Amino acid sequence: MSTFLGMPAYAPRGVGHLRGDEPFPEAARTALANPQLRRNLQHATTTIRGKSGAVIAELPDWQELRSAGSALKAYTMANLPRLLEQLEERVTAAGGVVHWAADATEANRIVTDLVKATGEQRVIKIKSMATMEIGLNEALEDAGITPVETDLAELIVQLGHDKPSHILVPAIHRNRSEIREIFLSEMPGVDPDLTDDPPVLAAAARRYLRETFLSTKVAVSGANFGIAETGTLAVVESEGNGRMCLTLPETLITVMGIEKLVPTWQDLEVFLQLLPRASTGERMNPYTSMWTGVAPGDGPQNFHLVLLDNGRTAVLADEVGRQALHCIRCSACLNVCPVYERTGGHAYGSVYPGPIGAILSPQLTGVEDNASLPYASSLCGACFDACPVKIDIPSILVHLRNQVPHPRAERTAMAAAAYTMDHPKLYERAQKAARLAKLLGKRGRGLPPPLNGWSSSRDLPTPPSETFRDWWRGR
Amino acid sequence: MSSKELILGRIRQALGSSPAEPDIPRDYRTGAAPVDLDLLVERLVDYKAVVHRTSDVSGAIAEIIGSGTLVVPPGLPGEWLPPEVPVRRDDGLSAAEIAAADGVVTAAAVAVVETGTIVLDASDDQGRRILSLLPDLHICVLRPEQVVASVPEAVAQLEPTRPLTWISGPSATSDIELNRVEGVHGPRNLHVILWETA
Repeated sequence: MSTFLGMPAYAPRGVGHLRGDEPFPEAARTALANPQLRRNLQHATTTIRGKSGAVIAELPDWQELRSAGSALKAYTMANLPRLLEQLEERVTAAGGVVHWAADATEANRIVTDLVKATGEQRVIKIKSMATMEIGLNEALEDAGITPVETDLAELIVQLGHDKPSHILVPAIHRNRSEIREIFLSEMPGVDPDLTDDPPVLAAAARRYLRETFLSTKVAVSGANFGIAETGTLAVVESEGNGRMCLTLPETLITVMGIEKLVPTWQDLEVFLQLLPRASTGERMNPYTSMWTGVAPGDGPQNFHLVLLDNGRTAVLADEVGRQALHCIRCSACLNVCPVYERTGGHAYGSVYPGPIGAILSPQLTGVEDNASLPYASSLCGACFDACPVKIDIPSILVHLRNQVPHPRAERTAMAAAAYTMDHPKLYERAQKAARLAKLLGKRGRGLPPPLNGWSSSRDLPTPPSETFRDWWRGR
Repeated sequence: MSSKELILGRIRQALGSSPAEPDIPRDYRTGAAPVDLDLLVERLVDYKAVVHRTSDVSGAIAEIIGSGTLVVPPGLPGEWLPPEVPVRRDDGLSAAEIAAADGVVTAAAVAVVETGTIVLDASDDQGRRILSLLPDLHICVLRPEQVVASVPEAVAQLEPTRPLTWISGPSATSDIELNRVEGVHGPRNLHVILWETA
């Protein structure tokens, strides 16, 4: 067998966080049994929907901006090789070093080696979906390097030995009193009289991380945008931990998915309007940092950019599904999703939860490894309406459902149903049988094994006492 | 085969021979629009910045800093500084020296009305990025002619290869129950002096 080495490849198994331990329906059942989690999620998503709706309504050209954002991303994907090489050239010319990582394993090795070369034992990190996706923290720890998450929500997750459950706010499943408990038990030197007032909790994080910011010499970040035309990278944030990481250390290592590219500097005028309003529901997030290579005398004097594939080219190979790469990680689709609001993010198994995760994770890993996710949706379409770059998530979900390997019993039953519906006599007899089936079983509305999986979460319609054909004959 | 060649090969394979290349509809608002300074102030205040509209910059700074100490970038106009306030000019100060100051005064490159944003571009009157980051109080002096109405106008005026910091209110977080809370790692107090010469 000969394999063409340039074939798009899925994200490898055994590394990173794109695959859950159990299928969505099982994980969701656990989550649904937790009323505190549902209250926390409902409170948070209701808050953000209100804020986001209000600031989006302030812009008379929101729909025009969405159309431009969508087209810019499609343009970027169509020109990806040229734009990536342009970015590499500009970053290099500005004093940075560009690395290419085919998958999570290679990216982790590149970053770990770069940190080792500095001789440092600790790195500070800005929240980054890409480094979470590849499991960079675990790789660094295996190499004896301590990664310190500096984003407040990430810190809550890290101190709580927990997993992130939201793209924007990884600790969305925790309320203020739970956060207080985590800080009291896990944060060294914390004030024992800590209250659960959010400003007090934020101040505790400020005190805790201040010295770490000032003494750590290496930072790892992601990137929201990488501009091919200028080699400029942008990180959008709120707290100032990003500014700390991008300014104070001697060495900065940025891991960026190849789809985060933006063609020209001018194009930022679209995304800087779309992202904050769709994401945190702000007219503008408190801080956005932009840097091009190395600025002499200002900020890190060593800059490395790691360009990451890890399954993205496999997504690109699917003409319908490739739209998932347009995602700017705002998380608006999570906040409007009736399924996410009830199950929370952990049920999705991947670092990318919610509607975008349900289309992105299976495409990054191959549908077989996340086969239940395309079904983790009611196809209500709220995610499509909320998406600032107009990703047609429902259509991609249906497209992926067609690729999911179906169990044999289901395929046999569907084939039998199709045959029956094609033959009027058989169909008539089946309808009568359905009426008789009503008398069977306690509820009389489920299907027998092995098809009971389908009917366990759905009510079958009650068969009428008389079929249409019987009624027609009798009139 | 290098990873670069591998990835570029995979992309070309994924895209096929002639991927559709869409036109980009830029019919959103661009171009210069009238600047409404009152709205700028409203937007700044909405995100918890304190705004001073005055022709007396040094007087305003003296009032804000009280008996505290200041660090300032090398090119900040000397006449902005109140004579009685202890000031250290950044001539390569250490992080600890910068962090020890009670406040920092900078100018700005551009400001955006619609979003209540000020942008610093590390020019001589704004300084290294670290300078406006570590002190807990940031005083930013803005001239009306630096203000634009919209984000596209600001993007057009900025030089992308300079280190840029877009600031919209003091440090904040939405990480606790998705509500905005001011005051995490960046300066917890942002004062904007809108310098309106009489």
